[in-house]
Amino acid sequence: MTLKERNVLLEVKELVKHFPITRGVFRREVGSVKAVDGISFDIHDRETLGLVGESGCGKSTAGRVILQLLPATSGNVIFKGRDLTSITKEELRKQRPQMQMIFQDPQDSLNPRMTVGSIVGEPLMEHQSLKTKERHERVEQLLNSVGLNPKFTNRYPHEFSGGQRQRIGIARALALSPDLIICDEPIAALDVSIQAQVINLLEDLQEEYGLTYLFISHDLSMIRHIADRVAVMYLGRIVELASSQSLYKTPLHPYTQALLSAVPIHDPKQERKRNRTILEGDVPSPSNPPSGCHFSTRCPKAEAKCFKEPPGWREVSKGHQVACHIV
Amino acid sequence: MSPITLRRFQHFKANRRGFWSLWIFLGIFFISIFAEGVANDKPLLVIFEGRLIFPIFETISETEFGGEFATEAEYRDEFVRELIENKGKIYWPLIRYSYDTINYDLPAAAPSYPTTENLLGTDDQGRDVVARLIYGFRISVLFGLVLTILSSIIGVAAGAVQGYFGGRVDILGQRFIEIWSGLPVLFLLIILSSFVEPNFWWLLIIMLLFSWMGLVGVVRAEFLRGRNLEYVRAARALGLRHSTIMMRHILPNAMVATMTFMPFILSGSITTLTALDFLGFGLPPGSPSLGELLAQGKANLHAPWLGIAGFSVIALQLSLLVFIGEAVRDAFDPRHNT
Repeated sequence: MTLKERNVLLEVKELVKHFPITRGVFRREVGSVKAVDGISFDIHDRETLGLVGESGCGKSTAGRVILQLLPATSGNVIFKGRDLTSITKEELRKQRPQMQMIFQDPQDSLNPRMTVGSIVGEPLMEHQSLKTKERHERVEQLLNSVGLNPKFTNRYPHEFSGGQRQRIGIARALALSPDLIICDEPIAALDVSIQAQVINLLEDLQEEYGLTYLFISHDLSMIRHIADRVAVMYLGRIVELASSQSLYKTPLHPYTQALLSAVPIHDPKQERKRNRTILEGDVPSPSNPPSGCHFSTRCPKAEAKCFKEPPGWREVSKGHQVACHIV
Repeated sequence: MSPITLRRFQHFKANRRGFWSLWIFLGIFFISIFAEGVANDKPLLVIFEGRLIFPIFETISETEFGGEFATEAEYRDEFVRELIENKGKIYWPLIRYSYDTINYDLPAAAPSYPTTENLLGTDDQGRDVVARLIYGFRISVLFGLVLTILSSIIGVAAGAVQGYFGGRVDILGQRFIEIWSGLPVLFLLIILSSFVEPNFWWLLIIMLLFSWMGLVGVVRAEFLRGRNLEYVRAARALGLRHSTIMMRHILPNAMVATMTFMPFILSGSITTLTALDFLGFGLPPGSPSLGELLAQGKANLHAPWLGIAGFSVIALQLSLLVFIGEAVRDAFDPRHNT
């Protein structure tokens, strides 16, 4: 089954999140941090969409706004045909079991005062009316499916290693059998040796439960491995969206090219020979982004037009979209 | 018991002064709870014609002992005592005076000096000072405890709501508290207590109006911090109710600050009650109260046993509470628990 035939599970339309900057006694708004500045994409059923970008580009904020953990400034998030930005809080709460999140740092995202059993069992207690015994069985089954010993239910998070803790976080996200899981840099806080284990676990679970992932990361090689399609973000906007294959083979946007050229190659001989694009300067402040194309200030190929007009969204080849004047 | 609680308990025990203060305080409080059995003008037990009578719990008329009046027997009366002792036995409590028993048989005009009968003398109405101290201690500690618990509940709830929801709720709440706490509490209490006949519960409600603000600050700060913790975000992503998140995920963090404050709130409440009683706006006249005893001591400087007794008991009570409070604070100090 190709991607096109699958249903669209999540549709993000022109999503904007601005954080106001206030000043003075009356909290006058003097500006805003444009963390997410109008992003649009679809995620199909059982697909993994990778969202990459450097730190501070708004990818984590995007994930949180999609889950409505932060209210959107404007735009729509349509999940299974319902617009999450306009439904009531109680409806949203009822919707939550279907969309879950795996957090970056398992050290912080598990309550240190709760046992593993109660952490994983908490969503079950809130959303389902299971008997105590059934709930215990379900918790044990969940722990089993993420590769933890079910006997650990009475232990506390601090008794586990980082990788094990992240497995607890995954078990909790799985508890209510969600359709969509937003993985917010789930491996960034883990040892490299553990990262692969967790990634493989996520892949296995996707196969087993038919999950859809929005995988947020800055690790390009990991995204290449896990994602079906990849969206590249820069300063609150998506600059390129393509299938994983096509993006890594023929990156079109100058920013994507620069990012990919920063990924080291395993062979030192090739590494020395290759022509790397090195970006000059820093990322501009998201409270005062450049006019026109956000990337124009650092783009090696920028033309006069790039500084004036924001580039439109164009489909260059089938499924490969890019926002750039030059391409 | 979780390991951290255990460690805190050990730290508390290691502070000898606080630990012993707690035991002494509990001991005195325990005795004062059974004040009716320690200081009373009714016997603990009367054996009359082979019948067991507990006068504290039952009302027996004088005629049943063969007396003349149909009213309750005056056990302290020599006539009644002889009637009973002819056909039975009387077991008295340690102190044969209740807080409102008037000793008409004084060696000097009231306030009379300490004697073997009245160990700390009597007050200006001929009532035994020791008995009044025991009852007074009980009423002030009970008052303090109830006030502390109620104001903690309200204060924690108010702080939690402000800190958790933040924004407008927080700003309005904070401004309200600033205005409310600017009111001159003692004057208001005095004015209010001239409207209503102040009894234990009235005083409690009036003081509760102002004492709940003590904890709001720390709890609010803890919730402001707590609502941005990753595991609180995770709980929201799980679709938990606000109340569940507040109770289960953030409140435990705020409990340390609350527990640390409680002994000091308790001693503060006791001081306020004593101050009101001293000024004569507190508990109704005739109630055993430490503040009233102090006022009598001030009015009767020629009877120093009144002032000294009242002062010593209040000083002991507050010192013990402060020592306990310090030990609790140190035990909860996270720097100890590393």
